[in-house]
Amino acid sequence: MSRVGVITFPGTLDDTDAARAVRYAGGEPVALWHKDADLRGVDAVVVPGGFSYGDYLRAGAIARFAPVMDEVVAAAHRGMPVLGICNGFQILCEAGLLPGALLRNAGLHFVCRDQKLRVERTSTAWTAGYADNAEIVIPVKNMDGRYAAAKSTVDELEGEGRVVFRYLDVNPNGSLGDIAGISSPDGRIVGLMPHPEHAIDTLTGPGDDGLAMFRSVLGAVLA
Amino acid sequence: MARVVVDVMPKPEILDPQGQAVANALPRLGFTGITDVRQGKHFELEVDDTVDDETLAKIAEGFLSNPVVEDFVVRRIDQ
Repeated sequence: MSRVGVITFPGTLDDTDAARAVRYAGGEPVALWHKDADLRGVDAVVVPGGFSYGDYLRAGAIARFAPVMDEVVAAAHRGMPVLGICNGFQILCEAGLLPGALLRNAGLHFVCRDQKLRVERTSTAWTAGYADNAEIVIPVKNMDGRYAAAKSTVDELEGEGRVVFRYLDVNPNGSLGDIAGISSPDGRIVGLMPHPEHAIDTLTGPGDDGLAMFRSVLGAVLA
Repeated sequence: MARVVVDVMPKPEILDPQGQAVANALPRLGFTGITDVRQGKHFELEVDDTVDDETLAKIAEGFLSNPVVEDFVVRRIDQ
């Protein structure tokens, strides 16, 4: 069975839900601790949401220096699939695994809503299980979700088809180009602000549209 | 020993909604004539003599600021 690591930093909130999502998808979740420079032999890693280190300095700015992140960066460069959700996306940007930055929401409010997205890239380790241009609804909940980058970076992402998720109907935070999530060129590293792990079961979420992300990676690590 | 000040500001092209909120509040408080406000961060570091300017620049660029969206200025303050 494929083993998917889920990192816990001080201030992480969504590690339990991320581990549950891995289990629902049919994988084995493996708890990873921020202080351990050890990925315990996992096949993929989820960097979950929350407020690591209290978001002091900037969201993700301190977490990127955690011992476990050195291992994540090294493994990502070897092609191991990595998914950053919300604070995890912020951490991956701060760590330089994905371009750009996440800034305070344009409306200055914490936004928590069921958000419609379009899946615009399905050739990634985390979205192969979606139909092209699938429209999905998963929760978004953050204070610092406004995607920002140099125009040249955004042009590059758009030109190379690396915008994986785009906000539909409402742009909740003022993100450039309605960008909700992006990927590395090879599609192994994906980051997004909304929370797929909160939408895996109609009992506890707006639906189960998020589950395919966790199923996708199980296929990717077997391939 | 020296005091070093690092000021970090959002790049000019980056939307600063916090600065805008401050600017919009000023007229409501009766202060007029302020056309724009940008909000940033101010750090004060107490450093010993072994810390050179190159190191300070690395700290400012690699940690205190995010060069993707922020500019920084490092100043040594005479004491």
